[in-house]
Amino acid sequence: MLDYTKHTLENGLDVIVHEDHRCPIVAVNLWYHVGSKNEQPGRTGLAHLFEHLMFEGSAHHDSGYFAPLQQAGAALNGSTSCDRTNYWEVVPTSALDLALWLESDRMGYLLPALTLAKFENQREVVLNERRQQYENRPYGMAPMVLMAALFPPGHPYHGTTIGEPVDLQAATLEEVHAFFRTYYHPGNVSLTVAGDVESGEALARVRRYFEEIPAGPPIPPVVVGAEHGRRNAADPDGVRVVLEDRVELPRLYLAWRTPRLFADGDAGMDVVAELLTGGKTSRLYRTLVHERRIATDVSAAQGSRELAGWFCITATAAPGHEVDELERVIGNELAALADAGPDAGEIERCLIQIEAQFVYGLQTVGGFSGRSDQLNAYNVYTGDPGFMAQDRARYREVTADRVRDLAGTQLTGGGRVALSIVPRGGAGRALAGSTAAGVS
Amino acid sequence: MTSGVDRSRVPRPGPVPAVRFPVVRAVRLTNGLAVRTVEHPGPPVVTFLLTMPAGSASDPAGQSGLAALTADLLDEGSEERTALELHAALDLIGARLGIAVGSDATRVSLTTLLRSAAEGLALLAEIVARPRFDEADVARVRELRRSRLRQLRAVPGAVADRVFLETLYPSHPYGHLGIGTDDSLVGLTAAHVRQFHRDAYQLGSATLIAVGALTHDRFIDAAERAFGEVPVRAASDAVVVDPAGLPAPGPPSAKLVLVDRPGAVQSELRVGHVAAVRRTPDYHAIQVLNMVLGGQFVSRLNLSLREEKGYTYGVRTAFDCRRAPGPFAMQGSVQSSATVEAVQEVLAQMEAIGGDRPVTPTELDLARAALTHGFPRGFETASQVARGIGRLVLHRLPEDYYDRFVTQVEAVDRAAVTTAATAHLHADRAVVVIVGPADQIAPGLGVLNLGDPARVEP
Repeated sequence: MLDYTKHTLENGLDVIVHEDHRCPIVAVNLWYHVGSKNEQPGRTGLAHLFEHLMFEGSAHHDSGYFAPLQQAGAALNGSTSCDRTNYWEVVPTSALDLALWLESDRMGYLLPALTLAKFENQREVVLNERRQQYENRPYGMAPMVLMAALFPPGHPYHGTTIGEPVDLQAATLEEVHAFFRTYYHPGNVSLTVAGDVESGEALARVRRYFEEIPAGPPIPPVVVGAEHGRRNAADPDGVRVVLEDRVELPRLYLAWRTPRLFADGDAGMDVVAELLTGGKTSRLYRTLVHERRIATDVSAAQGSRELAGWFCITATAAPGHEVDELERVIGNELAALADAGPDAGEIERCLIQIEAQFVYGLQTVGGFSGRSDQLNAYNVYTGDPGFMAQDRARYREVTADRVRDLAGTQLTGGGRVALSIVPRGGAGRALAGSTAAGVS
Repeated sequence: MTSGVDRSRVPRPGPVPAVRFPVVRAVRLTNGLAVRTVEHPGPPVVTFLLTMPAGSASDPAGQSGLAALTADLLDEGSEERTALELHAALDLIGARLGIAVGSDATRVSLTTLLRSAAEGLALLAEIVARPRFDEADVARVRELRRSRLRQLRAVPGAVADRVFLETLYPSHPYGHLGIGTDDSLVGLTAAHVRQFHRDAYQLGSATLIAVGALTHDRFIDAAERAFGEVPVRAASDAVVVDPAGLPAPGPPSAKLVLVDRPGAVQSELRVGHVAAVRRTPDYHAIQVLNMVLGGQFVSRLNLSLREEKGYTYGVRTAFDCRRAPGPFAMQGSVQSSATVEAVQEVLAQMEAIGGDRPVTPTELDLARAALTHGFPRGFETASQVARGIGRLVLHRLPEDYYDRFVTQVEAVDRAAVTTAATAHLHADRAVVVIVGPADQIAPGLGVLNLGDPARVEP
């Protein structure tokens, strides 16, 4: 468990401090509770674009943020999801003031420095990020097809964080500024300081740099309409799409809408994923890769997000095999799990893996998934930075019966999205009845 | 509201206290196996790392990929257990097994919870010393690796890496990727794997590194129980190649190589040449040089190609210093329309830093500070510490190497960086590899003055 203190400043900023004096470093980690879910149709990609613009300078330090922080020996980065954007530095203890000064300057005084030139430059960088990470990468467009098929137009998760090029090209500097004014203020932020600092001292310093930043406007609600529920839930065959790509081997993705983060069934679906594809003894690895050798790899994950969840199984066909064979064997395995459930040994294995993952996650104070990131995640999603205890307890409550029920209710019936990614010119190798995916 | 914040300038960080590397104790087990331990406080986690100085440079002629195939088969069953039984045992202690084959070494690591340290170490010994290597398992894993190799043909970065090494090292064991080629893999059998294991996986030249929240004595007790019965003999000199003893690599096979990727929206680039060995006395100057040129976000190349021109999501350079002279390379992917301009910029910057644009005092200060002030966070976790010790062992660096690192970087001055650039950076000898849409790129390549490109299949 993680010891921490939490205070909320008058302007709404949550401040969490976690002490660890083993290494003379300190992690500063900020979660802005804004992600692609907050974007408007036609203006996608803004939350992620800000993850770039926030490093380009602020009113009192109008040049790149990397130079002073790297000079101090920092590691630093940021990331964007559909729900939130995070920014972090890990610095020598003596550079804590530098990190807080810079973080507060870009929270309080970004816009005077956010010029058209910076916006246009980083838009080009982001378009190149999209080319590198999605368009020019084998199977790279899969997330876009899956999200678009799982979540209908208008749903906050319909698109991916990188955004549509046409939207990024159409965005104006004024719209970018307005997006910042709406979402980038203290009441929408959780700040954690973790490492070689004393709690009272750390809080005092955070107050010094952040208290002067005024509270912002209320955050516009994110609406998920009744029409945004499971798509085609009544259609037993679900949705089948095909994408031709520059790949050597066909790959099958099977995806379903599932419970959202921390909702009933969410932890159980993590166990289902571990049971199906966690390690070489897992059901699907053993059957598809080890015994039948019809796949070169198989993985599964429960995507737990704030508004909704999804579960995806991914398998690549071995040479000489096709995705319809994969679909049949996976289907049989899912039916067997829904029918007979797991044995006690399987559940034990899954829970050991998940529990070990919690312990390994405690090894770093900073960075992605370090302790500071975890405290902020729990605070943003539950309001309780100490939620880890309940989080871990959720898994211990998962029983074999529960896993059987979840396999039966979540991974069968309608609403399934089946995506086949096949070599160019090989559309006929997709699952029968697939329609071409509309992505570019 | 009053504010005590002076926003007229960013705060200047205070001094960074000297950080000592954790105490490493080096002993030998009763059977002679070299062991190094570090008592590393923290979460209840231990990491074991066994490092052996035999990597893909030891692949026999015509059998590229054998070292990596052998390593990949280590966890596919032991004398006592089938593959699935072995993994069930690993799973029961929540272990994370890592197997990495580099050109100069093979490393097998196992991280587990403190309470399972003894079981973890026993499994590591079983995996390394008593693998099963059944015919059927070898065939299965070989076919998986052939499929992987086939998939890599569609990955621009993997194609660029392969072609770059093939071009730089046409007749040297560094000239192939660890995974090998399909021609070589298809002929590899269980007999080859068993022989390679017999020749290369001898513990006489291996080192076991144990790091975590356990005392030295308990580490040694567990190691005696796990490895005490394993015979410790020298590996076969005829098979294990120490690249440090080889003749210097010859000239590259081409100056400019183009791999066609029709319609690709970006070009994947590698620009570089054979450079330095890890034991080079000016290693720290090379690191400072690299930071300024392309080794960090605020490097000259990333600021130019990303932050000024917007051609790329990011580029970086690295000196991959090995037992024998390893490659220096710029790597990145740029929008296809900017391919030639980006290559020109890389070559110009490589030239300028040792010539008419030497490193400035500000750049020097930033690069040194980034390396020295960032040093402590590189050894936060048990596995970071274990890997750090593994590097000392492989390159036979002195035991106080990390304690002297900061002082040695601080001693690098502008003249030393220029000297390092002159000695180790050669724009005129650079090989350029481009994986991109040939019909768009080829017509403009003339301005590089590197002749007609050699064309290679992906």
